[in-house]
Amino acid sequence: MAARSALERRGARLTALLLLPTTLWFLVLLIMPLTVVLVFSFGERAPFGGYQAAFTLEQYANLPARLTAFTNTLTLAPLGTFLCLVIAYPLAYYLAVKAGARVKLLLLILVIVPFWTSFLIRTYAWIFILGGGGIPRLLDFIGFEDVRIINTPLAVLIGIVYGYLPLMIFPIYVSLEKLDKRLLEASSDLGGTPLRTFLQVTLPLSLPGLVTGSLLVFILLMGEYLIPALLGGCKVYFVGNALVDLFLQSRNWPFGSAVAIALVVIMLVAIAIYLAAVGRERTRSDTSLV
Amino acid sequence: MSDKKFPDAIDAKEFMYQLRRYQKGSVSRRHFLGVTGLGVATAVMASAVPGLGRSGKAWAASDIGDRVSIATWPNYYNPENYEQFTKMTGADVRISVFGSNEEMLAKLQAGGTGWDVIVPTNYTISTYVELDLFQPLDLARLPNFEESAYIARFIEPGTVGGKVYAVPKNWGTTGFVINRDKLTMTVDSWKTFWDVTRGEASSRVMVHDYQLTTIGNALKYFGYSFNSVDPGELADAEKLLIDSKPHLFAISSDYQPSMRSTDAWMSIAWTGDGLQLHRDMPQIDYVLGKEGGELWSDFYAIPKSAPHLDAAYAFIDFLLDPEVNAKEVAVHGYPSPDNRTTALLPEEMTSDPIMYPAKELLDPLEFGAAVTLTDPLRAEIMARFKSA
Repeated sequence: MAARSALERRGARLTALLLLPTTLWFLVLLIMPLTVVLVFSFGERAPFGGYQAAFTLEQYANLPARLTAFTNTLTLAPLGTFLCLVIAYPLAYYLAVKAGARVKLLLLILVIVPFWTSFLIRTYAWIFILGGGGIPRLLDFIGFEDVRIINTPLAVLIGIVYGYLPLMIFPIYVSLEKLDKRLLEASSDLGGTPLRTFLQVTLPLSLPGLVTGSLLVFILLMGEYLIPALLGGCKVYFVGNALVDLFLQSRNWPFGSAVAIALVVIMLVAIAIYLAAVGRERTRSDTSLV
Repeated sequence: MSDKKFPDAIDAKEFMYQLRRYQKGSVSRRHFLGVTGLGVATAVMASAVPGLGRSGKAWAASDIGDRVSIATWPNYYNPENYEQFTKMTGADVRISVFGSNEEMLAKLQAGGTGWDVIVPTNYTISTYVELDLFQPLDLARLPNFEESAYIARFIEPGTVGGKVYAVPKNWGTTGFVINRDKLTMTVDSWKTFWDVTRGEASSRVMVHDYQLTTIGNALKYFGYSFNSVDPGELADAEKLLIDSKPHLFAISSDYQPSMRSTDAWMSIAWTGDGLQLHRDMPQIDYVLGKEGGELWSDFYAIPKSAPHLDAAYAFIDFLLDPEVNAKEVAVHGYPSPDNRTTALLPEEMTSDPIMYPAKELLDPLEFGAAVTLTDPLRAEIMARFKSA
């Protein structure tokens, strides 16, 4: 121990120094706010709104009053993530494995270009596409009368897939891009059908991208607020909307904090279950590959 | 800068050089306006515009900063006026639009808004003052505010404890708009409004995302006061709201787009939106419930935290000028409590029944009460209704 060289000590100091910004960042922007939220969640609403110190579990006891918000979020967020996955995978696969250089570039640009316009404006545009003068009008021409899309769960789902698809495409694309094509040839040389090759070679190897993409989309969706507000007309109400209302309309910070803590806990549990399941799957396919 | 009244004309190259220096921050705005002659040009222009260059308006040519930030409501200003203010003073007008007084209050309570001017509604002002969020107004800096020119009941809420904290912007009513091509039955009361919502107009009705009007008009269904905070009466209103929720098209204070596209056929609405919709689509009527409802007045106030105080005063005084004010009213259709402004309006506006409803419709209307803003039960019922 005492024999640690000066060089090692300097290295350790340098590491600490380099980690300082990250540590501060986490401390100031994550740990501290989260602590404040936790403390607030045991407090009371002040007479004019806001927070007043107390120790009560009343806020947590009130959580069932927002049950619909939780069930909406917990249905539509996983469903939206799954739809994004199902739609993104073939596209990412085509981009990474099949497409030629020029087509690939063109398609990648098409995926990126929408980011140049504000998400708010693009979502607002969907109000008109899904409203009575948009898609329902077209459907009316071919005989489907009185179809309502705007302000329904379907509209919210369309908005979710539209908005979050690129976040799913890129991680999957990156993991498929690194795929060694010789493995596919080997599999087929050894008599594997295309389906078997896909299930036992391609899919397991793209699993990291798939997991990253799903987590990225799922975590953001759990806090989603804009899409349900604009395309759901407050009729498809997420926990994010409940939080906005509690802080900006009711000015009930303690209850809002309790809802936020509940959301964080639910999210952590869901992610833990998901990662455990994926981990098991990965171990299983690794052995089967060997 | 110079002892000549007008600086020598400068050539384009010199102008661009000065502009670059100004953009880079090497020289102040005042210096830039001085050497280029733009400052004088602005002042001359201001004095040439009738009604704006009167004596005592030092602000027209003085340096009030580069921006003024206002928190207001949707469809509630004349863009030409705001542009003219920018042209005259160099201060850019930044606009934040809100759907409810609660949200404005919440943002101001949280701090860091950067707002210089805010447009609160009558019933909220005493709470803002109690929370120490507004500054008392220095009326000497608002020469266009002449108290005697205003309808008294619309300016009273601006004064708290003998001090003026807010000067009047507009007044109006809260009724509902109804598309008569789609709904032909008699709908003349809040009773029929909610009944039709759950009947013929199902899935085509919008209500405000705003506790005061949505809960208030649900209370009117039972004949209770618009301002009730009685738990029993509020429970009835909540039941009606939750029963009606599956029949609503949306809960939003931005109802014009949906009424125009006819996705929605009926919506709780304010005077000016009623007028704007009726003007463009005559089949849309604006109706006041015969049981009553809300009568309101909006104000201009300056938050304690206003970063551009000079600009705030200049902007409010500019907007209180009767000629500017009349141009505001002509566009948004909300009546002004200022008799000088009303005198400048065209006949077709001053005789418009949407802007100036008949006395028997106005009489049962109530001003919103301060207690509704802070009552935790009303806030929670609105939130439960939305999350139901």
